[in-house]
Amino acid sequence: MSRANRLFIPFLWALLLLTVLLSARYGAVSIRLQEMASALSKCCFSGGDMGLNERIFMDIRLPRALLCVFVGASLGVGGTLLQALFRNPIVEPGLIGTSSGAAFGAALYFVLGATFNFHTGEWTLPLAASAGAVLSTFLVYILSQSKETGKSSIVVLLLTGIAINALFMSGVGFLSFLARDPQARSITFWGLGTLSGANWHSVLIVGLSTVLCILASLRFGKQLNALMMGEEEALFLGVNIRRLKWAVLAVDVLMIAVATAFVGVISFVGLIVPHLLRMLNGSDNRPLIFTSAMAGGIFLSLADLTARMVVRPSELPIGIVTSVVGVPVFIYLLRRKNYFF
Amino acid sequence: MLAGKNISYRIGSKKLLDEVSVEFQPGMINLIIGPNGAGKSTLIKILSGQLKPTSGEVSYSGRNIAKAPVAELAKIRAVLSQNIELAFPLSVSEVVMMGRYPHFMNSPTQSDREACNEAMRFFDVLGLENRNYMTLSGGEKQRVHFARVAAQVWKANDKSESVLLLDEPLTFLDVYYQFDFMEKLRQLVQQQSMVVAGVVHDLNLAGKYADHIVLIHRGKAVAKGSKEAVLTRENIHSVYGLSVEVAYTANAVRLHF
Repeated sequence: MSRANRLFIPFLWALLLLTVLLSARYGAVSIRLQEMASALSKCCFSGGDMGLNERIFMDIRLPRALLCVFVGASLGVGGTLLQALFRNPIVEPGLIGTSSGAAFGAALYFVLGATFNFHTGEWTLPLAASAGAVLSTFLVYILSQSKETGKSSIVVLLLTGIAINALFMSGVGFLSFLARDPQARSITFWGLGTLSGANWHSVLIVGLSTVLCILASLRFGKQLNALMMGEEEALFLGVNIRRLKWAVLAVDVLMIAVATAFVGVISFVGLIVPHLLRMLNGSDNRPLIFTSAMAGGIFLSLADLTARMVVRPSELPIGIVTSVVGVPVFIYLLRRKNYFF
Repeated sequence: MLAGKNISYRIGSKKLLDEVSVEFQPGMINLIIGPNGAGKSTLIKILSGQLKPTSGEVSYSGRNIAKAPVAELAKIRAVLSQNIELAFPLSVSEVVMMGRYPHFMNSPTQSDREACNEAMRFFDVLGLENRNYMTLSGGEKQRVHFARVAAQVWKANDKSESVLLLDEPLTFLDVYYQFDFMEKLRQLVQQQSMVVAGVVHDLNLAGKYADHIVLIHRGKAVAKGSKEAVLTRENIHSVYGLSVEVAYTANAVRLHF
């Protein structure tokens, strides 16, 4: 590693800490640093009564800031892994069906839950979304594989992604047509993503899945590097291609589905974050997997802060903010000359 | 020694290779020649372990490779193909280091770095070390890959035998690089205990550099042996359907078409 690389990770840690503090500080009401500190010390040590701002910090801001970091990390790493696996900088979880599948699962839960009046607790929504995400992703993956060679070409993959996305999104549309007002609203909100539902429960689950999946994916760095030269060359370097593909896809879908289950569809994070990092610090996957977790957290925290600040005291769905930044990056990547099909 | 015994490869009812046997010795340049579609690349793929033969077996130094895991095979066998593109930009030194991936877990050891340096010096890429691979010319790129595959099977001290297979590595290169690489390859097999075997199209290149030639035609090995024994008027005529004049000089066979 060069000198610049050694400073890059501490720099990201500092930036991450700063954005978490900013995102906890600002919102409908501003919370001062002393209030954060006293809330933390009351919670952890003395256990005294908290004031209003201290309560807001402990029950709303802090879980939201942490959830933001974990979800951003999941989306960032998810994008990096998929791009490395498909050898293409334009792939991201939203494009290969993961997100629309999750949205469909969630919509199904909202409509069926209201119709049949079942409510099996807070696990049902994330489970339904995860099942949908797994279904759609594996559909895209299997349908895009060529019958003869068992390989998937990137054009076929993206087109299959479009078809499956359209299928699942029209499923969402149909369900929202059936739904009465409150549920329909939930589906809309779900489709654009929001972190307003953050609580300590969701922080715990998303955090656990994020940390475990990132730890698992750090092992793929070297093999994914070899894959940059193509499947044959990677095989000659001792990579078991089949096993690598399934392992990466499984980790990826799990991580994205759990995150999506709690915050909805947030597009383009998995596209922008790896792209920025490659420009700043090179394409070697070994540092990239870890740094895209950190940069994903930073990026999503800033996006969430923006979503809360522009229409204060109300807030925008966060997907609007990430799309405004992400679409130009997507188009730039599409039009670049040295872009691989 | 790299040996393929009675190798056949069939897809459906089509026989791509029919009972081909080859023996390639270390310290020599072994070349496989033959017309398009003769089965040369299939043979290289089978010798490398990428394809499993329908029947027959491949062994490195007497050990059958059929059961060897890909990760183990990668430590003793490297393969170079033509025209490798990278999906993302990497520096040249990172690309060469990929050759050592089979040898280390997380970070490269001193001997991995040394192997890369030696291989880069040997193939003249030390000056390109920090360049972005994607900005290199075709010839420079192939030099980098020569260094990468050499690094993969580079031997510092031990004399165990490794295998280097070349699948038409010179196809898109100009004449200068074709001769340059063959010269380098000749030095390499003299320095290292390596079995080198490759597919080339240019018969005059084979006539100049090959120590051992296998001529493949319609899935069969129709001639094997020294260049003088294989590159004859009769063989060329029956396989390629061309009449040639063959001139034998001190250490080369030259064909005039």
